[in-house]
Formats: sequence, structure tokens, C-alpha cells
Amino acid sequence: MLIVASLSVLVLLSALAVVAGSREITHRLVHAGCAAASLGLLVAGLTHLGIGPGGSPSIVLPLGLPWMAAHFRLDNLSALFMVVVDLAAVAASIYGIGYCRHLPEVRRVTPFFPLFLFGMNAVLLADDAFMFLVAWEFMSLASWLMVLSDHKSAENRHAAVIYLIMAAFGTFCLLTSFGLMAGAGGTYTFAAMRQAELATIPAFLVVLTAVLGAGSKAGLVPLHVWLPLAHPAAPSHVSALMSGVMTKVALYGLIRILFDLHGDVPWEWGAALMVIGGASAVLGVLYALFQDDLKRLLAYSTVENVGVAVIGLGLGIAFKDAGEPALAALALVGGLYHIVNHSVFKTLLFLAAGAVISATGERRLSGLGGLLNRMPWTGTAALIGAAAISALPPLNGFVSEWLILQALFKGPGLPHWAMKFGVPVVGAMLALAGALAATCFVRAYGIAFLGRPRSLAAARADLHPTPASMRWTMAALALLCILLGAIPVTVTDALSAVVQPMTGLHFAVSADLGWPWLSPVSSTRGSYSGTMLVMVGTALFAIAVVLAHGLGTRRVRRADAWDCGHREDIPETQYTGQSFSQPLRRVFGTSVFLARETVEMPEPGERSPARLSVRMIDPVWVWLYDPIARAVNFIADRVNRMQFLTVRGYLLMMFSTLVFMLLVVAWRQQP
Amino acid sequence: MIEILIQAAQIFLVVALAPLVTGWVRLVKARLQGRIGASPFQPYRDLYRLLQQEAVVAHSASQLFRAAPYVTFSAVWLAAVLIPTFTTDLVLAPAADLIALVALLGVARFWTALAGMDVGTAFGGLGASREMLIASLAEPAMLMVTFSLSLLSGSTAPSQIIAFVLSGSVGIEVSMGLALAALVMVAVAENGRIPIDNPSTHLELTMVHEAMVLEYSGRHLALMEAAGMVRLTLFLALIGGLFAPWGIAQAGAGVTAMAVGLGAFLAKSFALASALAVFETGIAKMRVFRYADFLGGALLLGLLATIFLYVSEAV
Repeated sequence: MLIVASLSVLVLLSALAVVAGSREITHRLVHAGCAAASLGLLVAGLTHLGIGPGGSPSIVLPLGLPWMAAHFRLDNLSALFMVVVDLAAVAASIYGIGYCRHLPEVRRVTPFFPLFLFGMNAVLLADDAFMFLVAWEFMSLASWLMVLSDHKSAENRHAAVIYLIMAAFGTFCLLTSFGLMAGAGGTYTFAAMRQAELATIPAFLVVLTAVLGAGSKAGLVPLHVWLPLAHPAAPSHVSALMSGVMTKVALYGLIRILFDLHGDVPWEWGAALMVIGGASAVLGVLYALFQDDLKRLLAYSTVENVGVAVIGLGLGIAFKDAGEPALAALALVGGLYHIVNHSVFKTLLFLAAGAVISATGERRLSGLGGLLNRMPWTGTAALIGAAAISALPPLNGFVSEWLILQALFKGPGLPHWAMKFGVPVVGAMLALAGALAATCFVRAYGIAFLGRPRSLAAARADLHPTPASMRWTMAALALLCILLGAIPVTVTDALSAVVQPMTGLHFAVSADLGWPWLSPVSSTRGSYSGTMLVMVGTALFAIAVVLAHGLGTRRVRRADAWDCGHREDIPETQYTGQSFSQPLRRVFGTSVFLARETVEMPEPGERSPARLSVRMIDPVWVWLYDPIARAVNFIADRVNRMQFLTVRGYLLMMFSTLVFMLLVVAWRQQP
Repeated sequence: MIEILIQAAQIFLVVALAPLVTGWVRLVKARLQGRIGASPFQPYRDLYRLLQQEAVVAHSASQLFRAAPYVTFSAVWLAAVLIPTFTTDLVLAPAADLIALVALLGVARFWTALAGMDVGTAFGGLGASREMLIASLAEPAMLMVTFSLSLLSGSTAPSQIIAFVLSGSVGIEVSMGLALAALVMVAVAENGRIPIDNPSTHLELTMVHEAMVLEYSGRHLALMEAAGMVRLTLFLALIGGLFAPWGIAQAGAGVTAMAVGLGAFLAKSFALASALAVFETGIAKMRVFRYADFLGGALLLGLLATIFLYVSEAV
């Protein structure tokens, strides 16, 4: 009831935004209404998870096509993703109340924001393929319109075109996947699909198209190309939702098809997903390391985190197929935990980036610096977010990576030799991605928030105070990062209830040692307790403070920076983002991105400046998409001739097509 | 009750011992180089002297700069508290396995690197950038070592790995040797020792760790230095414990076993510290862009250690 009411409120708000015109109060009201509606959905999701795996209420509404009713159903998996989506949605909506007045084209954002939220929630609740795809398109198109909101910039228009193409491709793949599962009978309800038995080839195609369709929306390599273009182009609170949450809705689709509707996916797909996930994790973070645009950096980091979660899902499939439900549950709990975590800290980081942009008007790292002193709230929240995304204990990012690593370490026990040798390689990729993520966020945070300001706008950031609604949402999300890391067992217990129907086994990650200890498999296998680390760490911190102050002096003197005696006041002498990542560019960039450095030195006596330029290529564009684009253009040029045929020519074509179709039918009719 | 006392003893042992181990390395190095060298107790005096001095903080520094030494020190300390030194029977040990220990050292590195960038000088950024380059290769190598040890012993907890090695069910394994080599290389890198970094350099262009803490003084510097000392002790205890655990007291051991364990721990630490000094005297520091070769080698050794387990099984 609460769900239906909240969803209707979202649709009404969208209508209100269109009708009520463009006064500021309208935008604020719409965002406040969105916050209230998402809160309702969040409460509904949490209640369902809290009650436990009791029932899964369903409802049939007379919507959509005349001969087909719309089916909705709320089970544990939907409820979990509803919590993920609406938690971020509440935060982004409240943030939007203060943020929307900074937007250049707010009229083009407000009407679509509620529709976007509606679409995402409806995908999670849909219980037939038709509603699922309609809601999926609501989600895609509403976000596409918001990407296009600042349509005067050519860059944004380009991003929107790429996004539209990739979204269309994704929906097409999902449509095929559902079509194959529905079979010749055309029963589009999920309940019927669960019952259906698939032959080998259709079963393979169902998984392939599901991975392509959901993977393109989630941003898996090599289908990620639209993501770093489109996510940053939208206003920051929408970017937060697109990056933090919409990718999760895509993963929901993948999980729903692979674990629920299809049911038994062979282990080879698990292996393939682990390879794709590992590649996404490493490539995503490498791209992020070399970005200068703050929001694009965050978008690439989303590719990495989606990859990490997909490693967990792939491992879950492999374990499940090998008849190890406990380990499958461990891997899936790890993957889902990472999905929850990423939605929290990525939303937080995008909101912080939005606060930085509205205070400075600058989103390039090379124009920022010294913001922690000028924006202490945003700076502190972003620090916690950066530490969490770098998988540092005791924050939440570490717990999920720990769970996935623990599951990976059991991976060589799988019966297939490909897995025995493959799992350590994926483990190395995951470890590399984690370490590079820490580097990436030390760089991003250190350049943007620490040091001395690199531009006048950054130096004057304190003249534009961040509105209270923005500050409080960031603080709440930062607190959540700490909480989700400090009480991991409470979270894993809720997640094991979600995973139970997927593996058919009730599995508690804390089974062996009890409440604050995560001890998967058995107590001697290795354990972790964020709760204990927080408590002992705080005690040691206090002892360190008391010791240092007690044994010595507490005096502090402010002075100029020492810098080995080089007194200078030029902020340009600081390290920049480019120089920070230069050693890593030499190590990884030369092979992956074919990075080339060229130095132009003027002749002695000339007055022109020396120049160091770096050229990097994006391998995915050069090797994959450019050839496809060329092929499409080539075919389009040839097919174009058909537009200029005579009437006789068209008649001939129609006739031959008809004959061809009849021949096909005749051939199929033969016994 | 007795377990809590043992844990408390460990908490203070690692901090009290750390400066002595560092002083010992310096002394052995001095002797090898033909100098008399300072007393091994000199680091205690240095730290005390630094604590007495006022802390000078740059105008452009933020609050993070002042918090970082405390966070760094307590993160390294916390990691050192949780690994077995003289006994494997620690109350807090289940709070973190090897993966979490690596990550706790990562916390210390994260804060030190950020503190290096906080003042906004060229050297701070240089140190942070190079430190993160080293870490982004050393940390995966360390995780691969953990991976192979966990496959061998069935656990990622140091105390369980030690129990497994002591049980004698492990023969001479190629994987153990490769993992040891990788762990030593990681330890050299993580502690900023030659050939990766020179702890006693003050030549700007060769500094890594020193460049990050260049702006620190007084008690802040004392804490940063102490964190480095505890980290060195931690790695020596880890190498000595995992690969030569003999003498360590196990669960339910009496006072005598504890005393033996303590003696064995001290003997192993000083032997390994002497070995480090010999190693450092024997080789030269490498160029920054050779780090990737060195640490990539460590990563490969870790991966090979894992894969060799199956090769030896299959043959």
C-alpha cells in the first residue's frame, strides 16, 4: 500500500513539475516530495527485509497492454535493491532541495527526476517482462533527458547520443533474453519463466543477451564507454543516482535473470563473469587514475566497483554449479554487500563533487586545491567516502572486499582446472584494483581538498557556503559508511536472508564466533571484526594522544612551510593530478593506453616555452567501437540507395520479401 | 583474565621494543661500514627529544595534517598488536586476519600520503606519488602471499598458519619458498629500505618516505618515526613467525613456554634485523622506475607460489 502510494506520488510530482512552471519554490517542493516518496519506499523495503523471508506480496494491476495485466511482486531481492535505490534517492532528493538553485537548466531536470526514481523502483517490483522493460525504459529515458539538460555544451550532446545508442542496445538484448525465456507460448510473467525448461542453445543465448543487456547498463568493460561520458554530464545529484544506483538496478536485472528466472547457469558463465569483472575492475580504476575531471574520475571508478561486485556474482555461479552452496552464498553475500556499499559511498562522493562544483564552478582537479580548509563539512565527508572506496578498515568498503577475497581464496577448490589456475589470476586482479583504487583516491582527494588552491575560484570557495540540506545529507551518508563497516555482521545476516532462495541454503557468515566476528566457513578459516577494530583502534588512538602529550609538550607554532628551505609562494609548484599519476602512467599506461610523452625543447636563446605533452589512446574505442562505427556507416551508405528507388522497384522488393517469408514458413512446416 | 594480561603485554611489548630493533639495525650497519655507530638505545633518546620540541605547522596545513600522525601511529600499532609475536594465543587476534592486517597498514599509508600532500609543497606530492606507486604493486603481492599461505594451511589467520607449520605436515614446499621471497621483497618495500628507499637519505630527489614527512616536527615527527619503527618490528615478527615459528607459545601454554616464546621472538627479531643490515649494506638503491620491475617480480612470485601448489599436486 505504502509502495503504491509512494509510486503514485512520484508520477504526480512529475506532472506537477510540468504544470507548475519554473519558480524556485516548485523545484524545491518537487525535490522534497521525492524525498518523502523515496522515504516511504525505503521504509517499505526495510520492513520487508526486517520481517524476514515470510511472504512475497504480489499485486496485479490492469495496466499496460489490453490483453495483459501488469504484475508486481516484492520479494527479498527486490526489497534489498529497493533499500539500496531509495536510500540514495532520499539523500539525493534532500540534497537537491538546496542544490537545484545552482543548476543552470533546472527546468529541464525537475520534471524527469521523479520519473527516474519511479522507473528504477518499478524495475525492481516488476513481475513480468513487459512491465520490467517498460520501467527499464522509463529509467533510461528519464536519465537520458537529464544528461541532456545542459544541452548547450557539445560535449553533453555527444554524451547523450552515445548513451542513447548504448541504452537502445541494452534494451534490445534484454528484450531478446526475455523473449527466449518466454518461449513460443509467449507467457511473459516471471512465474511462468521460472517453470520453463530451456534447451541448450536458447539457454546459452538467454545468459549471453542478459549479460550484454544488463552489462551495458551496469558499465562492464567493454560496454562501459557511455558511462564516463553520460554520468558526469547530468547534474551532480542525478549523477550520484546514475552512478551509485542505476548501475545497481542493472545488476539487479542480471541477478534476477541468472539466479531466479534462468536458475541453473553453468560454471563457464561464472568464469566468464569473473574475467569480465576482473577486467572491468582493473581497467576502470586505471582509467580513473588518469582523469583530470573530478566527476569523470568518479564515473570510471564506478566501472571498477561494478567489476568487483560482478566477480562476486561470477564466483557465486561457479560455486553453486559445483555443488558448494555455502561458498556460493559467501561469494554472493560479498557481491551484494559491495553493491550496498558502493551505492552509499559513490553517492556521497558525487554529492561532494557537486558541492565543490557549486562552490568553485570548477570540476578539473588542476583548478582545485585547499578545499578542506575552506569547506570543512564537504571535505570531511569526502575524506570518509574516499577512505571507504579505497577499502580501508574499519569502513564499509573493506568488509565487502574481504568477503569476496575470502570466497576467492576458496576458489581453487573448484573441480575445474580452468578455475584452479584462473581464480588466483582473478584474485591478483582484484588485489591490484584495490591497491590502485587507494592510489586513485589519495590522488583525487589530495589534489582537490589538500594543498594550496590552484585557482582563484578554489581560493574563494569559502565565500559560497554549502546549503544545510546538502551538508546534512553528506554527513548522514558518511556516517552510514562508518556504520556499515563497524557492524558488518548485522548487514551480512540481512543479506544471507536475501541470498537464501538463490542458493537454497541458509548461511550465516558469523555462524562460528557469534555477533561481532565475521567468520565465514569456520572459525579457523580467518576472521574479521570491524566492531573490535573500531573499539581497540579508538583506545590505542587515545593512548597515543595521551602518551605524546604527556611525555612531551603540547605547544604548536604556525609558520611558513619549510619545503627543504625552498621558500616560494607559487601554488603551481605543487604536484598536480598529472604529475601524481605520472609514475603509474609509465608503469601501466605505456602498455594499456599506449601513452607517449613528447618533450618540445626550444633552441637555446629562443623565448618560447618548453612543452611536455602526453598522448594516450583509449584501447576500447580504437580497437572495438571505431571499427563498428565505420562498419555501420559503410552499410548505411549502401542501404541509403534504397530510399531512392522507383515505385516499381519497391513493389518488386515487397513481392520478393513475401515470397521469401512464405518459403521460410513452408520450410518450418515440414515435419 | 590471563588472556587479557597476555594481550596487554603484547600491546606494550611491540611499542617498547620497536626503537631498539631500529637502533640495532643502525648499529650493525655502522659496524659493517667501519663506523662505531650510536648505541642501540639512541632511537629512544631521539624520540624523547622530539616529543619535547614544539610542533611547527605550516600556515597552509589543514586539521588533517595534525591528525595524521596519531592516526598513522595507532593504525600501525593496532596491526602490530594483532599478530603473534611470542604467543599465538591472543584475545584480539580474531579481529583481523592477514588481509585485514595488510589493509590496516594501508590505512597508515593513506593518511601519511595525504599528510604529505596537505601543506602543498612539491616534495610532499613527490613522496606521496612514489609511495602510492610502491604500494599499488606491493599490496597485491602481499595478498598473493596470503593467498598461497591460505591454500596451504586452510586459513588466512596468522595464528592458524603458524599452528599448521608447527604441526609438521608441511614438508619443504616450493610454494613456501616463493612466498617467503615475495614477502621479504614486500617487507623491504613497505618499510622503505634499500633498494627501494633509503631511510637515512636527506637528498631530496631520492626520498620517498622522508619526503612525505618533511614538514613534520616535534611530537608529530616523533609519532611518524615511531610508526615506522613499529612497522619494521611487525614485518620482522611476521616473517619470523610465519616461516620460522619454532619456539612460539601456543594456546594453553604455561609461563615457561611464554618465556621461551619471548626469548625466541627476541632472538629471531634481532637475527632478522642483522640480516636486513647486511642486505642493505651489500646493495645499492635503485632508480624510481625500476621499482615496478622489483615489485612486479614480487607479485609474480606470489602468483607462482599459488599456482605451484597445483602443479606439485598434479605431478
